[in-house]
Amino acid sequence: MSETVTTPPAYVAPAGRSLFEPHRLVLMAIFGVLVFCIIWFMRWDWLPRYSAKLVSGIGESLLMLFATSFVGFLLAVPIGLAQVAGPRLLKWLSVLFCTVIRGTPLLLQLWLLYYGLGSIFAQYPEIRQSFLWPYLRQAWPYGFLALTLSFAAYEGEVMRGAFAGVPRGELEAADSFGMSRFQTFWRIWLPRAIHRALPTLNGDTVLQLKSTPLIATITVVDVYGVISRVRQDTYLTYEPLLLLALIYLCLTGILVYVFRKLENRIPTRGV
Amino acid sequence: MNEPQQAIEVKDLHKRFGPLEVLKGISLTAKQGDVIAIIGGSGSGKSTFLRCINLLELPTAGSVTVHGETIEMKSDGQGGLMPANRKQVQRIRSRLAMVFQSFNLWQHMTVLQNVTEVPVQVLGVPKDQAIATAETILKRVGLYEKRDAYPSFLSGGQQQRAAIARALAVQPLAMLFDEPTSALDPELVGEVLSVIGDLAREKRTMLLVTHEMKFAREVSNHVVFLHNGLIEEQGPPEQIFGAPKSERLKKFISSIH
Ligand SMILES: Nc1ncnc2c1ncn2[C@@H]1O[C@H](COP(=O)(O)OP(=O)(O)OP(=O)(O)O)[C@@H](O)[C@H]1O
Ligand SMILES: [Mg+2]
Repeated sequence: MSETVTTPPAYVAPAGRSLFEPHRLVLMAIFGVLVFCIIWFMRWDWLPRYSAKLVSGIGESLLMLFATSFVGFLLAVPIGLAQVAGPRLLKWLSVLFCTVIRGTPLLLQLWLLYYGLGSIFAQYPEIRQSFLWPYLRQAWPYGFLALTLSFAAYEGEVMRGAFAGVPRGELEAADSFGMSRFQTFWRIWLPRAIHRALPTLNGDTVLQLKSTPLIATITVVDVYGVISRVRQDTYLTYEPLLLLALIYLCLTGILVYVFRKLENRIPTRGV
Repeated sequence: MNEPQQAIEVKDLHKRFGPLEVLKGISLTAKQGDVIAIIGGSGSGKSTFLRCINLLELPTAGSVTVHGETIEMKSDGQGGLMPANRKQVQRIRSRLAMVFQSFNLWQHMTVLQNVTEVPVQVLGVPKDQAIATAETILKRVGLYEKRDAYPSFLSGGQQQRAAIARALAVQPLAMLFDEPTSALDPELVGEVLSVIGDLAREKRTMLLVTHEMKFAREVSNHVVFLHNGLIEEQGPPEQIFGAPKSERLKKFISSIH
């Protein structure tokens, strides 16, 4: 049997250029000087005092990011599916949910939940006496809820597109080989849709990371909250903010890297 | 009960899409080992007929029997039929392997995973055994080296051979081919036809919708000419291609050449 491949060769990135070309050396020198100035001429003596707080702040930010993205995505799958294949009522509810959440500022939702819902809860003795009250009195459940709903709405829309974009023929093939509806969904439709959605999910998770500082406005102490505290205590303006930017940059880099790894587990060509 | 002679028996099959009646009563029997070529003009209902056999389309009326077992249907309350027993449909489908014009390989799985998926998930074959079988089949269709490749990295001909491997892996009672070479570049048609030809010579039961008349004449032992949702003429290939009776078939054959 002939093994002729007639598809065009896959794109090959040009070989990386040397680090030591003149213009690169100049750029690196400028960058080096910049870093040196930042370290040498700015004030960093406060850093050791706040390092423990910073670490716990980063932890809080990451915990919020992961928890809300994870739960939000779990909600996004049925929300997207309902819009593509659900009965009319569910489809309608999902569209409504996505439209409302995506159509209003996250900060507004957060405040409505925290100040609105929080104060309503406080009026009911049944709730005040319930075992949930110690949690409901804190700020983080409202932050968690707002961020989760937001992620669910955006990714619900993404998953709708991803489900709809899986070629009908592949689902038909699954049917034709006797897979049950559940198997077709679990083995073919869902993984295929997630795979299609990964690049968008990557971008939206990074956006979600950068939405987490909003919870500092309802007194949750994430890394942004810690930095605000530093600014109040030390009257420094730039140094804490520079550090904050660096922290978010690093976290974003890590996220992007992890998602790339995931995407490359199943390579695809073209499209 | 001893082995039934009839692999597939279709009785008086009707299918309508809204006001359009696409199949107007088709009966066809495929004995074990039959290679039946289905030919006909565009829109004559060939694909619809094939898809009604494994219920990818629900027939409006008529019955389908596979290996002596009639697929149970009930009225859908709107003048059509629907499966009465989903489990039975799944069981029968899992042994009627279909090969599509557009391959329809699962793009998120390697070639090997595509081939083992149905045996493992649907037929309950142990994984290592399914892999061993799959590797034998992939050798056969000349794709053993490509077993860990994802479909989008394969040529059309390779993808279709992978799809044939996927079909073979369920040890099908009958294979349904719907224009398996129509989406291929001309230079890739040969490698796919040669695989299908081998299967035909092995006397695997198959229904083959095709526009490759020369190939149909070569490998089939029975040819069915569909026109306007009815069997206009059928018979052995020599008769259909050598001495067609109906005017329409004559015209169709001369239009192809
Ligand atoms: N899902 C559908 N809804 C409505 N009409 C359909 C549907 N599927 C097929 N048809 C119509 O049924 C008729 C027969 O279609 P079918 O695909 O079976 O033809 P075919 O013989 O396979 O043609 P071709 O050689 O072009 O593949 C066509 O007129 C087509 O438009
Ligand atoms: Mg067709």
